Amino acid sequence: MAENKGVMVVGEVVEGKLAPITMELLGGGRALADALGEELSAVLMGSGIAELAQEAIAFGAEKVYVIDDPLLANYRTDSYVAVMEKVVKQVSPNILLLGQTAIGRDLAPRLAFRLDTAVSMDCVELSIDPESKLLLGTRPVYGGNARGVYCCETRPQMATVRSKALEPLPRDDSRKGEVINIESGLDPSMIRTEVLEKVKEEVVGIKLEDADVVICGGRGMGSAEAFQDLEALAKVLGGAVGATRPPCDNGWVPASLQVGLTGKIVGPTLYIAVALSGSSQHMSGCSGAKNIIAINKDPEANIFKEARFGVVGDYKKVLPAFTEKLKKLVSG
Amino acid sequence: MPNMVVCVKQIADPEAPAGSFKVDEAAKKVVAGAGVSQVVSPFDEQAVEAALRVKDAHGGKISVLSLGKDFVMDVIRKPLAMGADELILLQDPAFEGADSRSTAYALAMAIKKIGEYDLIFCGRQAADWDVGQVGLGIAEFLGIPSVTVAQKVEMVDGKVRLERVVADGYEVIEVSTPVLITVSNELGEPRYPKLKGIMAAARKEVPTWTAQDIGAETSQLGAAGARTKLVKLFAPVKEAKCEIIEGESPEEAAANLALKLREAKLV
Ligand SMILES: Cc1cc2nc3c(=O)[nH]c(=O)nc-3n(C[C@H](O)[C@H](O)[C@H](O)COP(=O)(O)OP(=O)(O)OC[C@H]3O[C@@H](n4cnc5c(N)ncnc54)[C@H](O)[C@@H]3O)c2cc1C
Ligand SMILES: Nc1ncnc2c1ncn2[C@@H]1O[C@H](COP(=O)(O)O)[C@@H](O)[C@H]1O
Repeated sequence: MAENKGVMVVGEVVEGKLAPITMELLGGGRALADALGEELSAVLMGSGIAELAQEAIAFGAEKVYVIDDPLLANYRTDSYVAVMEKVVKQVSPNILLLGQTAIGRDLAPRLAFRLDTAVSMDCVELSIDPESKLLLGTRPVYGGNARGVYCCETRPQMATVRSKALEPLPRDDSRKGEVINIESGLDPSMIRTEVLEKVKEEVVGIKLEDADVVICGGRGMGSAEAFQDLEALAKVLGGAVGATRPPCDNGWVPASLQVGLTGKIVGPTLYIAVALSGSSQHMSGCSGAKNIIAINKDPEANIFKEARFGVVGDYKKVLPAFTEKLKKLVSG
Repeated sequence: MPNMVVCVKQIADPEAPAGSFKVDEAAKKVVAGAGVSQVVSPFDEQAVEAALRVKDAHGGKISVLSLGKDFVMDVIRKPLAMGADELILLQDPAFEGADSRSTAYALAMAIKKIGEYDLIFCGRQAADWDVGQVGLGIAEFLGIPSVTVAQKVEMVDGKVRLERVVADGYEVIEVSTPVLITVSNELGEPRYPKLKGIMAAARKEVPTWTAQDIGAETSQLGAAGARTKLVKLFAPVKEAKCEIIEGESPEEAAANLALKLREAKLV
């Protein structure tokens, strides 16, 4: 049996660019590879993605395996699992990292079962156990009420990682690396699902995941119209509007605005929580926020245990005055 | 008419207030406080709802499977009360200490025993350990295609058409049966059981299958079949202390909050 060596990152490409999660995984993967004295590689799958290999190198990969095939243009479970199975069998990595994304959530478990190994999902921290040299993945469980540290002894040791949990390395275009092309080996009959259409939610203004200021509304907002007051505040601060799950489920805002365990992960400098209770599942999505501000009429609401500053009161009274005052401060 | 299987897990109510869950570090278990009730994991209720919508449109049969112990019968019968046709419990000491892999293996063996299946539904993740693997494991053990995080599931000309939620919208996917589908909350509220359904459910026999009944190899079950090890379990520490900003009126408190943010150079 070939010895398993090296840390491998499964890259993702979004709109022709390396996804931020991939740079984060390369940053975190670099630290693991250094701790083990092993090499860091990336895998890029897609159609017309070959030139992104240099990007992966600039962010820390020493080797990039490129599988460029029109059949990989859309993510489909069967094709991506088959290609990754092939790559893993050829390269025998010790550790395999993916993002906790629409792709990683789907690909990682199925691949792990196929390879008869295991994956720790949604990790927020990775390290190497100094004695056993095994990968330790820390993941929130029970909606964030507890954290578990997991390992597995089979290879590759796999983990998916939550976005914004790892730091990317600064881009360095002078880094050198090797690019290796691998045939996909795919034939269309292996792929049992077909993507008929992709329906996109148009984002106006800054993207929630990238915003430095996020204004988030909860069930207490009460209506779709009320979210316009949050839009007004977002405009003043140059931020983006998000929501807890109930406003999404109720159709007040699109589902793509949901922040939390099963929604978007945000990491702004300023996070203003309005009329939301601060459930553990919601807070999972903004644990990277540097300053949480709470407006809630219930002084006992859990959000006040998470916030730095807060006002206890009805948002209908607090919000307009807050927005007005900020407008003056920001413009003056 | 499609034969459907839905896998549901009984868990402590995940929406119980933060602070209801305590971590027993020695036992590596999360203990729910006395006031926390048992429920069918929320996404699994949505999986039942997805199957019922297919049944509403095309007929068919829905079998519900649940692996566990300490079942609260009024809770675990809920899928029957909603309209599922049968409920089978998987219970055996051999199942204990399972991880995603050994759970998926046991469920896949039970589904093979059921025999006929076109659509298998799971939740996107069980709302206790929040993993999201068992569905894909079942698909892999059965060698069938899978589609995850569905918000809509329909049958069109004998094929399955789904909407799969992705970060910035959704994809419309078509696949032939048999297929495993995991369901997300975007599907919409599960229906409330009607009194007639609850009464009919209470009268139904609920068989229990053991490892032997499903022809499972014990080396693949429970702790023996697990590939992951929980090294440590702990409660995260929270250090935030909130400064409550006051004022004579809500408006004044709001203005003071704005000033505070300016002072802290946050705006
Ligand atoms: C597995 C799982 C995954 C989940 N994933 C997510 C997720 O990704 N994101 C998410 O958000 N949720 C998620 N949830 C749901 C989560 O558990 C909570 O149900 C949800 O976050 C509650 O939203 P909320 O705080 O807006 O509503 P509530 O908890 O109902 O809180 C509303 C708050 O508004 C306050 N309020 C009401 N009116 C006013 C007013 N006029 N002025 C000021 N304050 C007011 C109330 O005091 C209350 O504190 C998940 C649940 C599960 C089980
Ligand atoms: N013990 C169980 N019994 C029945 N179904 C289960 C069990 N565990 C997990 N599942 C199913 O698999 C899904 C994903 O579970 P998990 O991978 O544990 O997050 C759940 O939403 C259920 O549909």
